[in-house]
Amino acid sequence: MSRDTALVSADWAEKNLETPGLVFVEVDEDTTAYDGGHIPGAIKIDWKKDLQDPVRRDFVNQEQFAALLSERGIGNDDTVILYGGNNNWFAAYAYWYFKLYGHEQVKLIDGGRKKWELDARPYSKDVPSRAATSYTAKAPDLSIRAFRDEVVEAIGVKNLVDVRSPDEFAGRLLAPAHLPQEQSQRAGHIPTALSVPWSKAANEDGTFKSDDELAKIYGEAGLDGSKDTIAYCRIGERSSHTWFVLKELLGQQNVKNYDGSWTEYGSLIGVPIALGDEPGKA
Amino acid sequence: MTSPNIAAGCAAPDQSAPLPASVDLEKETVITGFVNNADGEAVGGAYVRLLDSSGEFTAEVVTSPEGVFRFFAAPGSWTLRALSRAGNGELTVDVTRGVNEVALSVAAA
Repeated sequence: MSRDTALVSADWAEKNLETPGLVFVEVDEDTTAYDGGHIPGAIKIDWKKDLQDPVRRDFVNQEQFAALLSERGIGNDDTVILYGGNNNWFAAYAYWYFKLYGHEQVKLIDGGRKKWELDARPYSKDVPSRAATSYTAKAPDLSIRAFRDEVVEAIGVKNLVDVRSPDEFAGRLLAPAHLPQEQSQRAGHIPTALSVPWSKAANEDGTFKSDDELAKIYGEAGLDGSKDTIAYCRIGERSSHTWFVLKELLGQQNVKNYDGSWTEYGSLIGVPIALGDEPGKA
Repeated sequence: MTSPNIAAGCAAPDQSAPLPASVDLEKETVITGFVNNADGEAVGGAYVRLLDSSGEFTAEVVTSPEGVFRFFAAPGSWTLRALSRAGNGELTVDVTRGVNEVALSVAAA
């Protein structure tokens, strides 16, 4: 994977809105932005309603993912072009799902909705209708998904990358500052995790920094290229952004997203937790 | 530049969206306000980011059509930075527990 295969520019997107075989998809936690205007021709996926299981604490399974894409009119051969708000957090999360369920051609629009807005590119309120397909999802590729036991075993062994803000890492905040801080779980981080906020990887307009800049950021943070890596945040969306950077842009092997993230880890009984700005000891 | 908190009831109308009932203002530190342009008009669709005292990104929201933004932070010094089609702007604020109202202006460079 590389920038050429995983990412398209807003300019490229605007020039290819009518290109056959492309499906533009806006993914957000709050889809009112889509309803108020979206990239012309784009359909929407609601991160919570469409991508989370309504009962189990997990995201949609293989059958549910296939049913969703069939209903939205996305075929296995389509190239899916994802974008969204929050600097593409949820679009990156969706990208990770598409890869997890084996979709071949999927790309992110660099900068997402923010870049589109700041560039003053056009919006549409028209909701396209796409004929249903019979999409086939593959079995989940667990080489890109980490679970809690594996994370505990990775302490002091693998690269653990905490991509939340420094205040969340240190335990001074429990959630991103645009959300209420009312969770009951413990604050802090997984011992030995490096603090590399996701935002280090992005420019102010939401686009990704250059490959050279990205390699330097993670190198200086102490990421060991010879080790496997697990990225986490609070609920797995910001860490999808970093997973995308490490795996899809920088081409590192063996990078997993721990989607349970701090919401799960910080509620587990008996696991070690480190407080403060330093990684802490295993 | 440090701005004093604009207490509710000041000359500026309170354009903030109501807080969810679950928010406990005894515990939360809310930074809220609106983005306006040089003519004092509300700027909706602006990207407002909250940077900590070291300049590190903490959060980002998009303003409502009325130009309103809101963060849940912690007491201390924060920088608000807005990017929009109407231009950019920045403001540093010192906040305390409870609701802290601020006004943020943007202008084309």
